[in-house]
Amino acid sequence: MIIRYLGARVWILVAALVAAAILVPLANLALPANHPLHVPSYLVPLIGKYVCYAMLALALDLVWGHLGILSLGHGAFFALGGYAMGMYLMRQIGARGVYGNPELPDFMVFLNWQELPWYWYGFDQFWFAALMVMVVPGLLGFVFGYFAFRSRVTGVYLSIITQAMTYALLLAFFRNDMGFGGNNGLTDFKDILGYPIQADTTRAALFAASCIALALAVLCVGAIIRSKLGDLMIAVRDAESRTRFIGWRPEYVKLFAFTLSAVMAGIAGALYVPQVGIINPGEFAPVNSIEIVVWAAVGGRGTLLGPVIGALLVNYGKSVFTGLAPEYWLFVLGGLFVVVTIFLPRGIVGTIDHGWDALKARRRAKNREKGESEGTGNDPNLAASPAE
Amino acid sequence: MNTTRDPLPAGDGRDEAAEQARILQEPQGAETAPADGLAPSHAAAPKPAPEPASEPITVPRVSPHPYATERAVEQAKKEARLGARRETLLYLDGVNKTFDGFKAINNLSLVVQRGEMRAIIGPNGAGKTTMMDIITGKTRPDSGDVFFAGDVDLTKHDEASIASMGIGRKFQKPTVFEGLTVEKNLRLSLAGSRSVFEALLHKRSGEENDRVEEILHTTRMVDKRHRLAADLSHGQKQWLEIGMLLAQDPELLLVDEPVAGMTDAETEETARLLREIAEKHSVVVVEHDMHFVRALGVKVTCLHEGTVLSEGTLDHVSSDPRVIEVYLGR
Repeated sequence: MIIRYLGARVWILVAALVAAAILVPLANLALPANHPLHVPSYLVPLIGKYVCYAMLALALDLVWGHLGILSLGHGAFFALGGYAMGMYLMRQIGARGVYGNPELPDFMVFLNWQELPWYWYGFDQFWFAALMVMVVPGLLGFVFGYFAFRSRVTGVYLSIITQAMTYALLLAFFRNDMGFGGNNGLTDFKDILGYPIQADTTRAALFAASCIALALAVLCVGAIIRSKLGDLMIAVRDAESRTRFIGWRPEYVKLFAFTLSAVMAGIAGALYVPQVGIINPGEFAPVNSIEIVVWAAVGGRGTLLGPVIGALLVNYGKSVFTGLAPEYWLFVLGGLFVVVTIFLPRGIVGTIDHGWDALKARRRAKNREKGESEGTGNDPNLAASPAE
Repeated sequence: MNTTRDPLPAGDGRDEAAEQARILQEPQGAETAPADGLAPSHAAAPKPAPEPASEPITVPRVSPHPYATERAVEQAKKEARLGARRETLLYLDGVNKTFDGFKAINNLSLVVQRGEMRAIIGPNGAGKTTMMDIITGKTRPDSGDVFFAGDVDLTKHDEASIASMGIGRKFQKPTVFEGLTVEKNLRLSLAGSRSVFEALLHKRSGEENDRVEEILHTTRMVDKRHRLAADLSHGQKQWLEIGMLLAQDPELLLVDEPVAGMTDAETEETARLLREIAEKHSVVVVEHDMHFVRALGVKVTCLHEGTVLSEGTLDHVSSDPRVIEVYLGR
């Protein structure tokens, strides 16, 4: 029954993610290097990174695909989650830094800071950092959304201010006196929860954690879009003023979804940072946020499966392409967006769904024709609706 | 129109009441329609208000506690002020709204009784839609009173809370949720909690299902329940929107041009549907189509340049020379 409730598609995706969480680490750790199914160690964090991107795309799609809020600033939530995790990892370095200061991270010693700024307190505790990974992006999303949605800012204007938000954060985090490592960001991580961060086993565990987190996010989004709230989100997307005139408050619906989406993006960022080993202000760059939109668009927005597939495919393409001709990647990305918008406006999954639905409708129509000739057609009373 | 402003209760000669009296008795109706166009019940109904209202004020000692007495006196004053509006569902008085120098609504006064169905006609730009915007909280008037169900000041509420109080609105252009099925459109409109978290945890109840069935039948949409609203024809969208209003179960329905773009058969069917709805709800219909208004057979108000030009039966209004001049004669 629960399978029926969320739809088979959600469960297939969740099963695939759980399988990946078990099989990829196994294939990496348990199989000998010359085995044909062996997954090389460099691939584990790379795929793990894609999985984090997929979660980010899913978070964006919750507000874009289902609610029509085109956020061009989701990279900011991702980066904030990443910074919160990065701060924990920095504190874990302890006295093993270049300057050997047990309290202060290297960049603070370098800047001649005498003591830890107040906002770094508590980040030596994993639970606190884990909490902040969700609270900081969630709070920013909530406050930003509260003012934006209450003032009924919609459409392009909202997109522009989300873009401005991430750009403002980019500039702020570039400054050395912000206390987040400035231009260089946070890096040279050593341990996470006491395990060496470079070790294959740790990376395998992080990969598995990313897959599980994505699976949970898929379940969460799936449950929301199947609920009455999911219908309400579609309603707000299609005719916002109509929802208002039947008594709903679309600003609250948007606020809820936007905040949740920001939290999901933050978690994705926190899982991303230990796998790539660095977080710097570049993550706030507006172009990153636009890339997320491209992933969701390519996969098919509002389809749940689409953003995940889009993020995996585009990023795999990016890895391949930047290996071949790095300077052309941005052109390819831009071209991809144009091509998808013109020729595949529903995205990959959306187009397949649409084709499938059309096929089903045609088959149903054919069956009905057959049925009617056999006298088992529609109830004539119902068919005689005055509109016909 | 004049008769809708009743004299104030005699019992309270206090400040607010005097102020109210001044507003109510302003000589603004001089050029409006003769009173013979009004339904007699309408003119007579609010009269008996003064007697009950005057009593509690002369008996100030309600309880030994002075504050309680004060409260009781306040309440009595409020009741007295309410007098004229009590019987009315919708009460607009001296409403003005200007957009960039253009007077969209000019000293508009309109009263709709409980259970009444009213048709509003008027040429383009007469302020019909702006009036609906003001009632539903989309637009705030520059001045004037807008009261619902006696004492709810609509100018102090926003769209969502006005909708929850029981005013439903159908737009001129059919506005439905195109990405949802007909049934889900209705389910979202059903009266009930409007909290985001309850929507998230909502479980369908049998009562809800029955209500949806009933509305699907009333609007003749049973066989289209699983169709996306986007795939409906124009007329069907209009009906779906009326169905959504029914689901919302408001006390007052504001219906903006329900038959625009409909065939004759559909128009007739819509008139039937609206009359059926009017049995249980108060309805205000804005319409251009005179045949449709005639089919409704209700009291008509003609607006022109944001003010009431004439009010009464359709025959009375359409024989009014000023109405003929601005509207019908063209």
